[in-house]
Amino acid sequence: MTLQQQWVALQTILNKEIHRFSRIWVQTLLPPVITMSLYFVIFGTLIGSRIGEMGGFSYMEFVVPGLIMMSVITNSYSNVVSSFYSAKFQHSIEEILVSPTPNYIILIGYVLGGVARGLAVGFLVTLMSLLFTKLQVQNLAITVAIVFLTSVLFSLMGFINAVFANSFDDISIVPTFILTPLTYLGGVFYSISLLPEFWQGVSLLNPILYMVNVFRYGILGVTDIQVHYAFMGVMAFIVVLATISMYLLESGKRLRS
Amino acid sequence: MGKALDIKGLQKVYGNDFQALKGIDLSVEEGDFFALLGPNGAGKSTTIGVICSLVRKTAGKVSVFGHDIDQDFSLAKQELGIVPQEFNFSQFETPWRIVLNQAGYYGMPRELAKERAEEYLRKLGLWEKRNDQARMLSGGMKRRLMIVRALIHKPRLLILDEPTAGVDIELRRSMWEFLKEINEAGTTIILTTHYLEEAESLCRNIAIINHGEIVENTSVKALLKTLNKEHFVLDTKEALSQLPELKGYHCQLIEDHSIEIEVEKGQSLNPVFLALQEQGVEVLSMRNKANRLEELFVSMVSKNGGEG
Repeated sequence: MTLQQQWVALQTILNKEIHRFSRIWVQTLLPPVITMSLYFVIFGTLIGSRIGEMGGFSYMEFVVPGLIMMSVITNSYSNVVSSFYSAKFQHSIEEILVSPTPNYIILIGYVLGGVARGLAVGFLVTLMSLLFTKLQVQNLAITVAIVFLTSVLFSLMGFINAVFANSFDDISIVPTFILTPLTYLGGVFYSISLLPEFWQGVSLLNPILYMVNVFRYGILGVTDIQVHYAFMGVMAFIVVLATISMYLLESGKRLRS
Repeated sequence: MGKALDIKGLQKVYGNDFQALKGIDLSVEEGDFFALLGPNGAGKSTTIGVICSLVRKTAGKVSVFGHDIDQDFSLAKQELGIVPQEFNFSQFETPWRIVLNQAGYYGMPRELAKERAEEYLRKLGLWEKRNDQARMLSGGMKRRLMIVRALIHKPRLLILDEPTAGVDIELRRSMWEFLKEINEAGTTIILTTHYLEEAESLCRNIAIINHGEIVENTSVKALLKTLNKEHFVLDTKEALSQLPELKGYHCQLIEDHSIEIEVEKGQSLNPVFLALQEQGVEVLSMRNKANRLEELFVSMVSKNGGEG
């Protein structure tokens, strides 16, 4: 395939993915906005007013970046895992597998589809948060970069989960038992400086902590961790996950007989 | 004319040690209309799966129009269109999007894809349904949709895995006409089918596969010539209470108005008519009893150990 043809194939996969989640927006875009609005009301306004300041900001200001990041993470992940697994389940993935589209274009297409949904939901949740608080972005480049890279990372995780999944139950195991606990313990609702020293150390093993903190740093200018280490960690994770994904595609494991 | 498909020593062993293909050699000439026949589990779909890269082969070489599927996979795939046995498109998408997306996976510019999609959807009677969800289409329409999808990038080799399974007679005939038309326009076609009448009326060459091995590979004409017996049914004007005497022929009364006669190769039918005339039996019509290819197929498969 020429580069021009590969570009057409990439656009096709991305358009297909965007069309898919837009067509079922009631299942894909609306629920996270409603859920996060409830978080803003309950944690930000009702409970947050009794908590007082955290890290020098009102609790609402502190919690909003974490909640935006949480919605980006879960939606990037679930878009790729559900779309790719559905394609496997219906065998429509064969449409791409029999075509000359190279494997890396397939991977990039699905990952960008996940990023598109993650960013769309992140944008909608950010708009909703403006009803509750003012957001003054301190560092736009860092904010955009970390949200994009986080979205890529979790889209890749969703892809790997989809390749290994044998049933629709399998695509909810990782979000339920790994993603949600790590997100809740990843400094979305609190600063790890509130934790005893031992639990601070344990928290540093949680990769989501770094993403949430860098995003919060981009918006509020405060963080519990070193920003450049966080970027390096996220990049390293992306490289590892992309390598695994490409291996799965090239070897045809669970995709070709 | 070159080879549209060339398979050498193709083997496939599945994870459970089941050897689905035992070293197949098969060539299909450019422009041919070729039938690949075999009972269930013989290895037809595995062979097709290997050609289109959905099944990983254990050993052997496959090339499509001279492009090795391992080394020149992109060029080989550009030449190939596949219509699988099972519906394998998103049931929630519309035929229009399914076909356009497929064109995109082959790198075809959107405008050209739209032109071709309209042309083929109209030709196969799906244009009015282009914006319905695919799950709402009838079985026959879904099969035609898969043909449109396989043709959108104008492959030179089209492989159809039982394309008329579950399709009514009228639609089957119209699909045959369409396939003949694209074959005459230059597309090489390989067909697997359970309807042997389909293979006999459409295909020029034929291979029979059984237990992962090619047991016959020749022209349909040559294969039919090997038949040494045929069965004819004679329909009589009057009801017959007993079988007329027809010396030298094995025959039986199958209904009160029908006699079945077995005729060996080279044996004349004139004595039959003379004898019937002498006995006052008037014949209204005569027909070939069974599909000739079917008889051959059954005898070949049973010679090779029955259904696998």
